[in-house]
Amino acid sequence: MLMAAIKIAAVVLLTGVTIAAFLTAPPLGGMQAGGDASRLFYFHVPMAQVSFVSFMVAAVFSVLYLRTRRPDHDMMATVAAELGLLFSIVALITGSLWAKQAWGAYWNWDPRQLFLFALVLFYGAFFALRQATPNLDTRRRVSAVYLVFGGAISPFLFFVLPRLYRSLHEDANQVVTSTQSTMSPLVGTIFGFSSVGFLLLYIWLFKLGVAAERIEQDAGHRTV
Amino acid sequence: MRKAWAVLRKDVRAEYRTRYAVNALFLFALVTLTALSFATGGAALTPLLAAVFYWVILFFSVFASLAQTFVKESETKTEILLKLNAPDDAVFFGKWTFNLLLVILLNIVLTPLFIVMLNIQLSEWGVWISTLLLGGIGLVSTTTLLGALIAAANVRGALFSVLAFPVLLPLLVTAIRVSELCLGGSAEISRVDAYLVLGSYAAVSTTAAWLLFPFVWRD
Repeated sequence: MLMAAIKIAAVVLLTGVTIAAFLTAPPLGGMQAGGDASRLFYFHVPMAQVSFVSFMVAAVFSVLYLRTRRPDHDMMATVAAELGLLFSIVALITGSLWAKQAWGAYWNWDPRQLFLFALVLFYGAFFALRQATPNLDTRRRVSAVYLVFGGAISPFLFFVLPRLYRSLHEDANQVVTSTQSTMSPLVGTIFGFSSVGFLLLYIWLFKLGVAAERIEQDAGHRTV
Repeated sequence: MRKAWAVLRKDVRAEYRTRYAVNALFLFALVTLTALSFATGGAALTPLLAAVFYWVILFFSVFASLAQTFVKESETKTEILLKLNAPDDAVFFGKWTFNLLLVILLNIVLTPLFIVMLNIQLSEWGVWISTLLLGGIGLVSTTTLLGALIAAANVRGALFSVLAFPVLLPLLVTAIRVSELCLGGSAEISRVDAYLVLGSYAAVSTTAAWLLFPFVWRD
């Protein structure tokens, strides 16, 4: 029942946001912010947020695994890491497309880009570690430890570095959570809906991922 | 505490007999430095480039050598003995201190060589030394935990750098910026901020590595 509501809400919100993103004025007008390209804002920022949330979800399930040693928790952490990798890659691509329009280059080592890039590297290392570890118990243990350690370090990349160095991202030069204060009410509303929509989509995908893993386990396949 | 001291003494003695880690660490650093010095051919380096060189040499020498901390134990089949005779905390801090000593030693050798071979002007020694020390602690905590991790996972070599790099990125970026200041550059970073980042990174990584270590060490 709850799941059905989440699915419906995700579809409605994201459809609405997509339409609104194209029908309203560009959220950050002028060449400086990329004009029409800045419509990516409604998709890029929520996906970057979700990739961070996913990271935290994976770290929490890893802590649970280390405490309880239930294989289910390890599986959920892995699903969260898979989704995190997906979202961070897409956020990285949309971000660099926008950066090309707004700042003239796809890549310029902005702290925010550094964060997403580190996230992709981290997830990549995580899956490399899993694949390189043949013993199932050891694999679960070491990958959980790696995720928790990464989770402990991640605030540096997400909160500290962007504030320390001058960022091209407007929000990063202020307090991250007060992004909305610099937006017009309409832009803030669409952005809010988009954030919630992507979060619900994430929950949906997470459920699907877990269900798919369960089916594979029942079918006797050893999964990564 | 006494057990940690015993682990440290055992490691120092084993190292003195084989000189495996020391050789790997110092020769790797020397070879890289020589290559860089030769390649740049005495051209004047900007402070930023020099800072980047220093930290990249330091990072990869440490990766090449300290990754073996625990692999060594499993190779010489002394792992079980260590597990039986010393509590987890003692093993962690014994190894941690040993690795930190190695890194400090490396810095003591590398800094003068660096100044000589790359023709660098180093001002602000206090900032330089404290940056190396704070950065070294974060580096050592991370490599000690990940060293135990790859020994447990039974994967060697290349994977270590892959695992270590993303978690060490904040440290690397900050350390390079503040080192640039010491080399006469104009990085946009205040010393206080840099100390706060390096110090809190050292604290967080040490605490996290210490708490997570038993899960890697014990089956």
